[in-house]
Amino acid sequence: MLAFIVTALFSGAVYLLLTAGSGSVLHFWAPTELVVACFVALAVGLVARKYFAHARQRAVLNPVRWVLGVAYAVGPFFLEMAKANVDVAYRVITGRIRPGIMRVKSGMKTDVGTLMLANSITLTPGTLTVDIDEETNDLYVHFINLADETKAREFLEAEEVFGLFNCPAWVRRIAE
Amino acid sequence: MILNVLIWVALGIGLFFNTLGVIGILRFPDVYTRLHADTKATTFGSIFTSIAVVLYAAGQYWHTLDGQYATLALHTVIAVVVLAITNATGAHAIARAAYRRGHRPVQAVVDHLEGKP
Amino acid sequence: MSIWMFTVSVLCALMLLAMVRLVRGPTAADRVVALDAINTLVVASMIVLGVAFKQIIFIDVAIIYALLSYVGTLFIAKYLGGEL
Repeated sequence: MLAFIVTALFSGAVYLLLTAGSGSVLHFWAPTELVVACFVALAVGLVARKYFAHARQRAVLNPVRWVLGVAYAVGPFFLEMAKANVDVAYRVITGRIRPGIMRVKSGMKTDVGTLMLANSITLTPGTLTVDIDEETNDLYVHFINLADETKAREFLEAEEVFGLFNCPAWVRRIAE
Repeated sequence: MILNVLIWVALGIGLFFNTLGVIGILRFPDVYTRLHADTKATTFGSIFTSIAVVLYAAGQYWHTLDGQYATLALHTVIAVVVLAITNATGAHAIARAAYRRGHRPVQAVVDHLEGKP
Repeated sequence: MSIWMFTVSVLCALMLLAMVRLVRGPTAADRVVALDAINTLVVASMIVLGVAFKQIIFIDVAIIYALLSYVGTLFIAKYLGGEL
């Protein structure tokens, strides 16, 4: 039941976001769009409730975490991404690479947390997630430029992958 | 006036990084390093061209108070969020598929996935 | 020519450049990477075209294109990885 409500509310919200500006009810919506939004929410909630919501991931429902997520996306994450692009620009122009695949301990317990960490790693400097060990949630990460002292190590901690901020701690606060 | 300069700067940064991404795809030696250039540079470049669009819409809304410019900005933001999430996940899927197909990273100094399923 | 149309023409030139990799390969995975880059550039240019022609519907199309191209990429990747 909770899964149905969450899915219906989410799909209805997305529909209303996409149709904002169509009329004048509450300053934004045409009356017909509100009716259609209710039907869309019901239909999607019935069809997709099993795939969209899991009981294990109830923590994501907390609105404080959404605010944290937006803050993470425009703050630390965006800066890491800018640094990543300067790094890629340097590699493209000079062609200086020392690639390798290393195991990275993620320390995440939920699927959402692992997904967010993997996406963050892919978009931050010199790293690309290749595979996931689904039992321990460890990530296999392709590095574009490995230093000599790190390549002999057995595995890396997730904190060492990021340069400027402690992104894994942010992800843990948002998704777990 | 200042807004116009900002729009030009954002478009310039966006085109610069998009160009670097495409050059990276042509220049790098194997599929993983090409994915690096593709995912990071083209996502970042597209975010910046979209920021230019959002700035333009904000400026027009300020002048005309026409609701359609607010819609333009909102939809552009949604498109950017969708693009950032799908690009990163898609790159992950391609890298995994390439490894399972038997491509090994060229010039690799270390490979912890070697021998794993 | 407005600055928006100039941006779109540069993006189209970049798509043609990326098509060099799409045609030359050498492996299927390289072609998927090039296709992924072209998809991203198409979405970016659709957003800019929406401003150039003052059509908000173009941006809705861009959102749908991004989602559908993502599904396409995922399926090609699954097929290449031999999981389909």
